[in-house]
Amino acid sequence: MKEKLRELLQWSRLRTVVIPVIGVLIGMLVGSLVIVNKDRSLFTVMGQLFYGAFGNLNNFSQSLVFAIPLGFTGLAIALSYSAGIFNIGAEGQLQLAALATAVVATSGFLESSPLLLPVVLICGMIMGALWALLPGILKAYKGFNEIVVTMLLNYVAILLVSFFLQGPLKAEGAYYPQTDAFPDTALLHKVIRGYTLHQGIWVFILMVVIVWVILYKTTFGFKIRAVGFNPEGALYAGIDYRKILVLSMLVSGALAGLAGSVEVLGVHRRLMEGFSPGYGYDAIAVALLANLNPVGIIFSSFFFGALRNAASGLQIDFGIPVSFIYIIQALAIIFVIAAQGMPRFFRRLKRRLQNV
Amino acid sequence: MFSELIHMIFSQDFLASCIRLATPLLLAAMGGIFSERSGVLFLGLEGFMLMGAFFGFLGSYYLGAVQGIILAVLFNMIIALVYAFCTVTLAVDQVVVSVSVNILGLGITGAFSRVLFGAHTQQLMGQRLMAVAIPGLSSIPIIGVLFRQNPFTYIAYILVPVVYIIFFKTNWGLKIRAVGENPKAAETMGIKVHKIRYISILWASAFAAIGGASQTIGDLGLFVDNMIAGKGYIGFAAIILGRFHPLYTALTVFFFGIVDAFQLNLQAMGSSIPYQFPLMMPYLLTLIAFLIAGSGVAPKAWGDPYILEE
Amino acid sequence: MAPILEIKDLTKRFSRVLANDKVSLQVEKGEVRALLGENGAGKSTLMSCLYGLYGMDSGEILVDGKPVYIGNCEDAIRLGIGMVNQHFMLIQKLTVTENVILGLKSGKGPWVDYHGAAEKIQELSDRYNFCINPNAVIGDLSVGLQQRVEILKVLYRHSNIMIFDEPTAVLTPNEVLEFFEIIKLFKKEGRTILFITHKLGEVMTICDSVTVLRDGKVVGNVAVKDTSESELAKMMVGREVFLKEAEPTKKVGDVVLRVQDLHVKGSMGVEAVRGLSFEIRSGEVLGIAGVDGNGQLELGNALTGLAPVTSGKIEILDEETTNWSTAKLHGKNVSHIPPDRQRTGLILNYPVQDNMVVKEISNHKFSQFGFLKRRVIKEYAKRLIASYDVRGCVPETYAKQLSGGNQQKVILAREFEQKPKLIIAVQPTRGLDISAIEFVRAELVKQRDAGAAILLISTELDEILSLSDRIEVIYEGQFTGSLVGHHVDPMEIGLQMAGRKVPGSCDETERVQL
Repeated sequence: MKEKLRELLQWSRLRTVVIPVIGVLIGMLVGSLVIVNKDRSLFTVMGQLFYGAFGNLNNFSQSLVFAIPLGFTGLAIALSYSAGIFNIGAEGQLQLAALATAVVATSGFLESSPLLLPVVLICGMIMGALWALLPGILKAYKGFNEIVVTMLLNYVAILLVSFFLQGPLKAEGAYYPQTDAFPDTALLHKVIRGYTLHQGIWVFILMVVIVWVILYKTTFGFKIRAVGFNPEGALYAGIDYRKILVLSMLVSGALAGLAGSVEVLGVHRRLMEGFSPGYGYDAIAVALLANLNPVGIIFSSFFFGALRNAASGLQIDFGIPVSFIYIIQALAIIFVIAAQGMPRFFRRLKRRLQNV
Repeated sequence: MFSELIHMIFSQDFLASCIRLATPLLLAAMGGIFSERSGVLFLGLEGFMLMGAFFGFLGSYYLGAVQGIILAVLFNMIIALVYAFCTVTLAVDQVVVSVSVNILGLGITGAFSRVLFGAHTQQLMGQRLMAVAIPGLSSIPIIGVLFRQNPFTYIAYILVPVVYIIFFKTNWGLKIRAVGENPKAAETMGIKVHKIRYISILWASAFAAIGGASQTIGDLGLFVDNMIAGKGYIGFAAIILGRFHPLYTALTVFFFGIVDAFQLNLQAMGSSIPYQFPLMMPYLLTLIAFLIAGSGVAPKAWGDPYILEE
Repeated sequence: MAPILEIKDLTKRFSRVLANDKVSLQVEKGEVRALLGENGAGKSTLMSCLYGLYGMDSGEILVDGKPVYIGNCEDAIRLGIGMVNQHFMLIQKLTVTENVILGLKSGKGPWVDYHGAAEKIQELSDRYNFCINPNAVIGDLSVGLQQRVEILKVLYRHSNIMIFDEPTAVLTPNEVLEFFEIIKLFKKEGRTILFITHKLGEVMTICDSVTVLRDGKVVGNVAVKDTSESELAKMMVGREVFLKEAEPTKKVGDVVLRVQDLHVKGSMGVEAVRGLSFEIRSGEVLGIAGVDGNGQLELGNALTGLAPVTSGKIEILDEETTNWSTAKLHGKNVSHIPPDRQRTGLILNYPVQDNMVVKEISNHKFSQFGFLKRRVIKEYAKRLIASYDVRGCVPETYAKQLSGGNQQKVILAREFEQKPKLIIAVQPTRGLDISAIEFVRAELVKQRDAGAAILLISTELDEILSLSDRIEVIYEGQFTGSLVGHHVDPMEIGLQMAGRKVPGSCDETERVQL
């Protein structure tokens, strides 16, 4: 038992947790400084953040609600990045998945059957996967920078959704671009009456388990991580590097798609324009800070979900901009990634000073 | 409708709006090329432009137009130092750092603008640099409109040949190109690879700042959240499509300006096409251009961190 | 008069390896000095320190009698030291002029003086008969011409101490002759030349004196007129052969590998393997000796699916396998010990157990219905770790945490466990300590006795000597002549490695008459 504990407490293990935590703390410090002024000290801000995140059961439940889509997109990015490909197209994938979900849900198909829920979820996953297919193929077979391709597709996706919401799918007599309400059989209902948390949390936990199993227990995951760590070595060992890249993008897209589907089925119960405040982008921080580990994503998604929740509260109550959470995210990522290069930097510095 | 379109395209106003819309990207891309050519990915173009736009607005609102530009450049260069430190000295993943800069840009501009100006920044006007007509040139029929533009546009006009000259006629440009192709070889010739990359990144950020500022100080006079809206990525793509060459990149950017002007006019014409589709055009076209033209040949050391051997 | 260059007690260490051990030498002005030695002797490191690419750990360098500090290439260039690298330091996309003037002040402020520079370059090119067009793009030039551009770089900077690192490695016999004429011109102009090489013939032809390095130390400084090829070979190669020779093979069976007239292109576009033919039978070890850069790596790559074959045929167990992929070859029970264990051999960030099964991961032995049989993998790894004596690890230890020797053992375990019929071992003991070396060699012998055919490619002569049943020496992409048996004279091999062919063995008209 003691052996196991000692093994866990090894610095090499600890650093995957400690460094992101420090990064987040630095980010929060700087981010909070931006919104500090004579009316509110740093402590008040931090205190309000904490209260907004977990102060009471309502807030806690809402934090979880914000965490769910982040968790899905976080998983999506973690999986693709494990193969060495950076899927920032999560935002576009989740938007289109939500669209596909809305189309099927409002079409009347299977309206009274409990099968509708799994069907719309699967539709969302397929749509997300399809939207991720192009960047995947382009990267694997032509070496195109996947960031540019996915970002462009993001903008296209958001516009497509906007078009459908203001046009063909628009609910009768609605002022705001949105679809009709979804039938009851499609919805993800609340877990406990009176609180915002919905069944999507179970789907999320299920996905965490599935992704974890895929990455660490299957040959597919084995190949993905091999390609991510050492494409040359993987190729030499007989792994089809290109096929793995495309497949991992497909799965990644499906996961991102789930974010969109689950969100509209559990929270809004219809598709509304602007339903995603940028979950696909938050996910970058979520994935990187969790060191691409599905279990870690549970924590980092919850953290950023809570952060967003608290920040929203601050915005409503005090007019503090929600955008400052992006500062926190960016600084945390930069810190974590800079930390990777630090050991070598210090070694060189030491040698340089010695030679002088 | 079709005849209306033709009329519109061949009008002076259209040409004017083409160049007006292309200006921010032209400025930013000319800067970005430096970084890219020296071998450092400059995907953070989006974030740098956004910060340039905001700080340009900030400066112009409180102080004045020129001060706005200076503020934008200064701020961007500070962030660029951090960016350079991470990518060049620490030699970590350039893609992740670039994406972080973009997120940081969103955060800083969104937060600061709210804190300083409240929720409705689009109602505030900063000092603008108004259009200046160049005597003589501006009287030429049709093309004359190109010389009745904002000073930012004139800077862009001058910048394109200047960048070309720097790259292909000066020692400095030669060093940059060498460093981007084969940093090891450059080192054996006594060139300080890291120094060149740092400076290239700083230059790129400065012009991204000016490019962003051109939207707030030059064009609209106001700041809107996330106003760059992906143009930075288009700019990045334009550099690749332009084969990292100042003239071809400028042409590519101008082409996107045409597309942009076209889709705006399409919307304004009140056609029955839902506005989302014209709006999609720049992005889709970039994608299609990519598919057709391929990614070409980047500088050989593009994206590779150069680790000094000891 | 002080020697133009003096190096005193130069020492340079790279983490575990002592590359230069108190190296001292003196060179007079106008001398053409050869730096002779095998792979790993320390010649390139020494010159890299002199040129400022590396910083030396201790020692002194004196130019013209004055101690100098060379911290980077700029310092060296300023002192008049120029280096023509073995792997050209040229920017392919730029022109000759641009490459030559890179890093120099142009005298016209910020502007590049294309015209003036091109004129000067043309003049230099004409003077030495280089036939170079200053406006040509490097990528369009042949290898021989590219080398001349490298030389132009050095000339343009008025270097009077010129270092050449294996300059004839990429030249055709004709080009080599032309090159020697150029060297003679330089000498007449009073320049001092330092020539890194392993080719004895060249040393005897063009150089005035030789410094022989071995294992990082200087073993001799002689004038060419006072020595002979055999003596130089002795100095270069003669070391305490402290290993035990392997037992000669007991049973040689059928042909396992048959190679016919193999041609393979090298990285520079030059043909690296120029028509090799040989056979290996089961139960025998064919050792390919040779100094690095003579085509052996390309041979290994072509046989293991890592490089395309330009022409020729490869047959394994009577089946044609030319240009088969690594995966397919693995299926045919071919094992490969790659020379670069950290890049191609292992996935460093993976634990040892994963590395051991990485080639077979889809095999139903280690996975079922897509799921990894973790316990089976772990047991397998445990067993292999024990039987191959991999120290300092359990199955979960990451590969990057192991020492070089143990990493190699992991690779051996993985490769040999399937009782391969053919083993291609390339530099299997590079960078390993004594006990690891002994272990690897013992394993190879074990596999041989179990009936495997082994192709051993190595620059370590003792290794070739102790393990091989037959030896071929590869020089410039061809074999110089077979040597059979364990009791071959190492000096003879040394000579062949450095260019002397067995008389009457191959077409001698191809070789330069030196």
